[in-house]
Parts: sequence; structure tokens; C-alpha cells
Amino acid sequence: MISTGSRHRKYTILPLTRVEGHGKVTIHMNGEGEVEQARLHIVEFRGFERFILGRPYWEIPVIVQRLCGICPVSHHLAAAKAMDRIVGGEHLTPTAEKIRRLMHYGQIFQSHALHFFHLSSPDFLFGTDGTAASAFEAPAEQRNILAVAARYPQLAVQGVMMRRYGQEIIRATAGKKIHGTGAVPGGVNKNLSLSERDVLLKEAERMLEWARGALRLARDFTMDHLAELIPFGSFDSNHLSLVRESDGALDLYDGVLRAVDKDGRKLVDDVNCQRYLEVVREEVRPWSYMKFPFLRELGPEQGWYRVGPLARMNTCSFIGTPEADAAHREFMELNQGRPNNVTMCYHWARMIELLHSIEAIRDLLDDPDLQGDDLVVSGPRREEAVGLLEAPRGTLFHHYRVNRNDEVTMCNLIVSTTSNNEPMNRAVTKVAKDHFTGRKEIPEGLLNHIEVAIRAYDPCLSCATHAVGGMPLAVELRDASGALVDRRVRDAV
Amino acid sequence: MAAKPRIATVSLAGCFGCHMSLLDLDERILKLAELVEFDRSPINDYKDFRARCAVGVVEGGCCTEENVHVLERFRKQCDLLVSIGECAISGGIPAMRNNIPLRECLEEAYLKSPGVYNPGGVIPNDPEIPLLLHRLYPCHEVVKIDLFIPGCPPPADAIWDALVSLLAGRPAAPAYDRLKYD
Ligand code: SF4
Repeated sequence: MISTGSRHRKYTILPLTRVEGHGKVTIHMNGEGEVEQARLHIVEFRGFERFILGRPYWEIPVIVQRLCGICPVSHHLAAAKAMDRIVGGEHLTPTAEKIRRLMHYGQIFQSHALHFFHLSSPDFLFGTDGTAASAFEAPAEQRNILAVAARYPQLAVQGVMMRRYGQEIIRATAGKKIHGTGAVPGGVNKNLSLSERDVLLKEAERMLEWARGALRLARDFTMDHLAELIPFGSFDSNHLSLVRESDGALDLYDGVLRAVDKDGRKLVDDVNCQRYLEVVREEVRPWSYMKFPFLRELGPEQGWYRVGPLARMNTCSFIGTPEADAAHREFMELNQGRPNNVTMCYHWARMIELLHSIEAIRDLLDDPDLQGDDLVVSGPRREEAVGLLEAPRGTLFHHYRVNRNDEVTMCNLIVSTTSNNEPMNRAVTKVAKDHFTGRKEIPEGLLNHIEVAIRAYDPCLSCATHAVGGMPLAVELRDASGALVDRRVRDAV
Repeated sequence: MAAKPRIATVSLAGCFGCHMSLLDLDERILKLAELVEFDRSPINDYKDFRARCAVGVVEGGCCTEENVHVLERFRKQCDLLVSIGECAISGGIPAMRNNIPLRECLEEAYLKSPGVYNPGGVIPNDPEIPLLLHRLYPCHEVVKIDLFIPGCPPPADAIWDALVSLLAGRPAAPAYDRLKYD
């Protein structure tokens, strides 16, 4: 499409399950065989911002979570937080706040376990046991949880059971594992009964033990393959997340906005969520349905930033639970306390958060406030509100206006993966430039590299398309006239 | 040993919640893998059908032309086609856009939303991204569907019951308490 001269070529990489509704990659080569540019196209559009206009505000936390069935709790809670303010109930009762936090940590726990075990572990396990030439080049036929289960049954079962534990917490707090209804404007609609608590508490120590093991696996993999991982799809960037208001600690449920540059200089600090529009803007580009956010002060060229586990490690001052805090200090030592810009370190960061969330869950489960029955508050009505939180994949922004008839009149959503749009495009371009340049044929073995780079970000646009396996790739080589020159499919055997 | 029946799954205009509910089978997912051979599905790396399938499971309705192509391909390749979840059955939440002109939806997202930086007034239209249909179609309006499993998403147990019955050649009639219409 973009090719101009007759010797220009274009690779289209179709993670096929994404063609069915989510995304694809194109790599454009010039006549010299150099990569000119690579693009990750997001090919889905739903229109939530428009079609929820006119709906009553109390429906919103239940409707918008249907954006994503992989981390519905994030949307459910971000919308609920905005609606708390609409009903003047933003100072939740301790019971309501803690039930929501429990729900959210359960969500982080299940999502991170899913991403690491079901999705990424084949790369680590088969890439490092001598099966593959490179640390993240597992053969296609092994790239799924069933292959992991065959070879490392214990680990696969741990992954499945950790995800299940997170889902059980969600069920206990939200009423349902997927698309629950627990959070309502100004609070929650149920507390945690003692019997529900006891079931969860019984398993907590085992989950903690397994989370420690997962963190060790991620850390050791990173440290053992550092030379290979450091340049892989990496680049310097800004990082953004919420941090706790009082002391800058990691806080996944609530806080103020902070952004740092590649060296750790604070670009944004202590900004109240209600003022997020002073901080971010979103650029529209014709070739993707997903927008490109940037820090307003730096502009679209310089202001793009990363979100998610890696960014959170870089922005937070410390982590408020002891084991995860120690892990965070060790993580930050890798770059002498300055931000870590290594894309592949997302996995390690994610496992630090896995450990943090189970530590937080264990502490919360002991809290008698969870059995309180003061569930909902309200106060003076407002017409506009913003709700932010840190979803598994990064900062999530919900912004609404509601009129006097209780109808939503404006809705703006910036989902986590959107903030990582530019970084994912850069990672893909970097990998393409490093590995594809100068090649005359489609390098089949290298397709996986593209996939690994995208996967580090755990993109929500389709994380489940490769939730249990790899992304199948079809690459088409086309000349400038668009005629098919070569085609290769990488596919499980 | 007789070949195991093959099963394929796909997500069209859904949120993946139905697939997540399938994953909520937890350890039973490994058991399911003993009963069936997974063909094209997010559960493995197959990019296209390897062989004709006994059962195809479809999440989500059709909101782009590509969704329609994929659904037609599923109909051709599968003996039985199952619509799983509200979106596949009725369009679900995404079908709320059906009584609004598509253009308005696009304008709201790309031109009007606060914080948008769009000096050129661009609405994404590159040939690399698929055309949106003017409305969202439930699957049975596009191809014949043999079985519907309701819920948003259906509980894992309902999916399990339906699949196991189908594979055993029994009619799939979910127990009352497993039918959800949320
Ligand atoms: S039916 Fe519900 S859970 Fe399934 S894809 Fe649609 S919104 Fe998601």
C-alpha cells in the first residue's frame, strides 16, 4: 500500500486470530532491502463512546466492562469510580473500598498469571531448555499451554490454578467471574462473608508460594539471557502511571498521575486524576482504529510514553508490601536505580506485581472491615467525573458527563493498551529493523520475534487471541503493484 | 484408535469474555483436550482449518466484512456451529450501535472526544484496516447456526455440558440453573 518504487516490498503479518477482529502488522521494505517502517494496525472499532450516550449512569459500570472480557473488573471499577463522584460518594466506606481493592487485586492476579503461564511461559520454558536456538524462539508446536502441560505438568497446573484463584476472588466480590456487578455508584452491593473468606484464605499461602516461584522464573530467565534481551525491541521512553498520593508508592487502585522520562526525571507529578486532560492528549492516525496518546507538554513527537508493569516499576517510589518491595529494589538495581527501558523486562515486572497482589490479598483477607455492612454512600450530585486506575496492562482512564436526567452525555475512554500503541509500534519497528533488514526472503524463524515483542506488552486488544498459545502468523510478500510474490505461514504442526 | 472429533473456536465482535469462560473450565480444559482435537482456535497456533471439524464455537457477532468472511468459512468447515454468548446470539452490547449511524460513532471517538489531537480531522480509513459494516449482525443472520448457548458469558459449566453432550451425540439441553440470560 505504501510501497512506491517497483522494488519496494511489503510484508503483511497477520496474527490470524486478530484478523478476525483485532490487529495486524505490516512491514514495508525499500528497494535496498531495508525496513522503512513497520506498523501495528488495530482493526477493531466498537463505538462505546457514542452508543452509551443517553444511558442512565448506573448502568455504565456493567455495560462498559463488555469492552474486554479479559480484564472486565478494570473497566467495571474505573467506571464505578467515576460514578462515585457523580453521586457525590467518592469517599467510600472502608468496607466498600476494601472489597473493591480485593476485587481488583484478584483481577491483577488472574490476568498476570494468565499472561505469564498460559501465554509467555512456552517462550521461556522451551526457549531455554535447549529446544530452541534463541531464548525466545520456541518451536511453534510447543507454543501453547497444552505443550507446557505435557512437559512441565506441575508448572502448567500452577498457572491454571493461580488464574482460577484470582477468578474465585472476583466471583466472591463481584458475584460472577466475568462481567460481575459488585461495584455500584458510591460503593459495593455485597461484602465478603466469613465462609467466602475462609475458602480464599485457605489457599492464600499456597498462591503466595507459587507467586514467589513465578517471580524467580521470570527473574532468572531475564538475568540468564540479559545480553540477548537488552537490545530486543528496546528503546528509551517516558513512563506513566498512578502512584499513591501521600508517598509515591505503587497503588493499582487509586492515586495521582506521575510520569518520568527515560532517566527518571519527573515530567508529571502529583496530578489529580480529575485533571488528566491537562496531562494527556490522543492523536488520531488513519491506519489504526486505536489512538496514540502523548504527554501534552511534550507534544506528539516526544511525549509518547509506556504504561503497565514496566512503567509502574519505573514511576513508583517503592512497593508497600515487603516481598514485592524487595523484588522491586532488585529490579531497579539493573539500571542503578534509573528507569529500566528494556522491553523484555515487562515480564519480570509483571511477576513482581503478581507477588504484590497476592501479598495484598492475603493482608486484606484478614481485615474484618470486609465483613462490614456499611456499603454505599452518596452526597452532593455532580455532572462530570473522571475515574482512573491501574489495570493489569496500565493506566485506564474513564471520563463521563451526566445530565440532570441521569443520562450520560459524554464518554471518553483511554484504555491501557492505547497508551502502549506507539511503544508497540516502536518495538515492532525496532525488531523488524534489527532482524529483517537485508533479507531477500521472508525469514520464517524471525516472525516469532515480532510476536514476542508485541506480547511483552500483553496487549488487551486481543490478549486472549493468544491467551493459550502463540499468534499464528501469515506473511505476504507483495511488490509495489500489490502482486503476491511470496507467502509464508508459520503455523503449529 | 478412532480419530478424536475436532473442535474450532473463534472470536468475532466479542470481548473474549466467552473464551475466558471456556478457560474457566480450569483443569477441565486439559480433560477437554483429551476428548477432542483442537483445530483452529486461540487455544493453539493453527492459522486455518487443518481438517473438517465436528463443532465450531463462535463468540461475537459480525461488525466488519472480515467477520463475515470468517464466519462463512466456519460454516463451511464445521458440521455443527454453536453461537456462544449474547454477542453471537443477538449482537450483545456492541449491537447498541445499531440504531445510531456509524458515522456518528466514528465522529464521537475520533473528532469529538475531549483530549483528541486531530488537526487533520482524520477518521481512520486506511485500506489496511477492514471496512466496518453499517450495523452489527448476529451470527444466525449471516449463516445457519445449530445451537445457542446464552449468557454474557455463559458459565463454564454450561459450555462444558453443551460440548460434552454434542461430542457424545446427545442433544445439548443445559440444565435450568446453568442457563443465564445476563
Ligand atoms: S457475550 Fe458477553 S462475554 Fe461473550 S463476548 Fe459478548 S460481551 Fe463478551
